[in-house]
Amino acid sequence: MSRHVVTEADLHAYVDGVLPLARVAEIEAYLAERPEEAARLAAYREQRAALRREFDPVLDEPPPLRLRVPRPYWLRPLARYAAMVAWFALGGVIGWQLHAYTAEQRAEANSWPRRAAIAHVVYSPEVRHPVEVGADQEAHLVTWLSKRLGAPLKVPHLGDLGYSLVGGRLLPGDRGPVAQFMYQDGKGQRLTLYVRVNADDSRETAFRFAQENRVGVFYWLDRKLGYALSGEVERGELLRIATAVYRQLNP
Amino acid sequence: MSDLNDLVEQHIPRLRRYARALTGDRAAADDLVQDTLERALSRFHLWRRGSDLRAWLFTIMHNIFVNQARSRMRYPHEPLDEPAAAGLQYREPDWSELRDIGAALARLPAEQRTVVLLVGLEQFTYEEAARVLEVPIGTVMSRLSRGRERMRALLGGDFRSAALKVVK
Repeated sequence: MSRHVVTEADLHAYVDGVLPLARVAEIEAYLAERPEEAARLAAYREQRAALRREFDPVLDEPPPLRLRVPRPYWLRPLARYAAMVAWFALGGVIGWQLHAYTAEQRAEANSWPRRAAIAHVVYSPEVRHPVEVGADQEAHLVTWLSKRLGAPLKVPHLGDLGYSLVGGRLLPGDRGPVAQFMYQDGKGQRLTLYVRVNADDSRETAFRFAQENRVGVFYWLDRKLGYALSGEVERGELLRIATAVYRQLNP
Repeated sequence: MSDLNDLVEQHIPRLRRYARALTGDRAAADDLVQDTLERALSRFHLWRRGSDLRAWLFTIMHNIFVNQARSRMRYPHEPLDEPAAAGLQYREPDWSELRDIGAALARLPAEQRTVVLLVGLEQFTYEEAARVLEVPIGTVMSRLSRGRERMRALLGGDFRSAALKVVK
């Protein structure tokens, strides 16, 4: 019987089922004459089977939350439902605005600090994922958010007041993307600075204060950008920090 | 953007299976998968559409694994943050139970373990494994051969070479 040389690679290909069919019979004949080799390959086959038995159950485990691939928020089922509700609400709002057109501007002015407070409440308790980009990549964070908002942003440093930067994230605002920077003090107390692009870039306002449940918000407009600093801290302290933020942004 | 997420997402179970077998530890494996996903999504523009996404993802994971193994050697006592450390459950290999496939895997050198797993568990062809590991195919074959033979000895298939390790 004429034969090719049987190599070690051929034997593994036989074990792995990737040997061309024409050669399988040849290997089987080769093994029939060599029981030790046949036993060795049987052991390799058993290894393959044992690996599958041991680790295939991992395939059926639901991946932990942190391994879900992040997707745009409007594709998430809950957000989709929320969007539907929002469309109904919007219909109502449009109808109402036909009557109360003049009230619109004031309502808008009052609603964005509220959005800042809500964003604070949603993200500041996060333990594992408080921010999308951490303070260790501050340069990237600033470049990215500036690009998305279409305005050059600056991140205030509040180390002198005991707050260090945790990082930041991009959020949907009422008229487009907004940025949220998060700070934390040594006790884990968190503040967020919400930055949006103003529709009218000629306005500057004084500090205004709003309270949404336990969250205090100081907010102001500074030409192109609007800022809202939120935190569950005493009003005097929040004002002190807001002042420091303002000074750093307007040196 | 969302189709890219869907594309990547369907590979997560197999990435987790491979990482679990590679590291022998659930938390370490999921860390490795998380790092892989983050790097893949941030470098997605480097993936050639139509080429094998699974092989690309495994290549990224392999590179991260190798780099982490290197830095662990340099910094053997890497501090862990509190919550991560609390969640860790080390599966201490029980050397008296050498018939356990996980314990045998843990005793293979990493370069042999990766080949044994890519071929035996993940069903990569030898050519694909060579591309993922960025080594010549001859290297894949010799690591596969040595890895399987060492596993056989560890699992008690070859009493002569196993005995050598037990004799006092």
